[in-house]
Amino acid sequence: MPIDHSAIGRVLDPVITTLERGRLAFFAQAIGETDPVYFDLTAARAAGHPDLPVPPTFIFGALLDVPDPFEWIAKLGVDMRFVLHGTEKFSYHRMLHAGDTVTVQPTITNVYDKRGGSLEFVVTTTTVTTAAGELAVTMDQTLVVRHPEAAA
Amino acid sequence: MSAGASTVAVGDVLPPLALPAISRTTLALFAGASGDHNPIHIDLDVAKSAGLDDVFAQGMLSMAYLGRLLTNWIDQASIRTFEVRFSAITPVHGQPTCTGTVSSIETVDGVRLATIDLTVALADGTITLAGDAVVELR
Repeated sequence: MPIDHSAIGRVLDPVITTLERGRLAFFAQAIGETDPVYFDLTAARAAGHPDLPVPPTFIFGALLDVPDPFEWIAKLGVDMRFVLHGTEKFSYHRMLHAGDTVTVQPTITNVYDKRGGSLEFVVTTTTVTTAAGELAVTMDQTLVVRHPEAAA
Repeated sequence: MSAGASTVAVGDVLPPLALPAISRTTLALFAGASGDHNPIHIDLDVAKSAGLDDVFAQGMLSMAYLGRLLTNWIDQASIRTFEVRFSAITPVHGQPTCTGTVSSIETVDGVRLATIDLTVALADGTITLAGDAVVELR
């Protein structure tokens, strides 16, 4: 069942979250980070940061920290097991740090298909805005939906 | 921690970042730490139900490794954009190496911007991520 293109332009539910120091340190551990600026508050402050800095890709996860993060995909009629990550782009406008509260707002910006519909693409643009209303990060993502049964 | 911005030149190679083989523990920890609980990466039963032989690594884990490559080389606040295309999955026990090369430098509105071509490749040469970052040289 192809994805209904009327989804283009759909504004998804925003996530409002406070970035936590402990979570940032856990993320640093999980990716094997060795630069203490990313997990040691003393080192971060010595480097001029007000708190632990949020590393380049961490904010991607903010949208997933909700009870049912893939609900919007299911609502498109898509089985999450057949979704692959196609592309991801971050555009940075200001640094974020532990303690910052951000509003993460995704919008579905395109839906298209290739190979006679055996691959569908869902494009989202997500803004990350600080409590002061300043744009901090923009994320552009392409998800690829495989339809093995539709392959020629 | 950052490159001497004034000395950066086209063709410069960033110090590569070679990671240990990715274990299932790494996948589980990254799922928890990143918030991406997609079971296709951590639950063999789900992977098999989708016709796969095994779970595979989160693409964003490799992108996070590339982020380490960048911030090892330049102050994070200098990064303007950072983008990748995920071109192959990373299997369990895959051993990624992140590399970057300065491909161009231009001055825009008085700011020197360098484009860094980025790749993540496995030990067998498979490129799993390719992309670039634009950073301010200051």
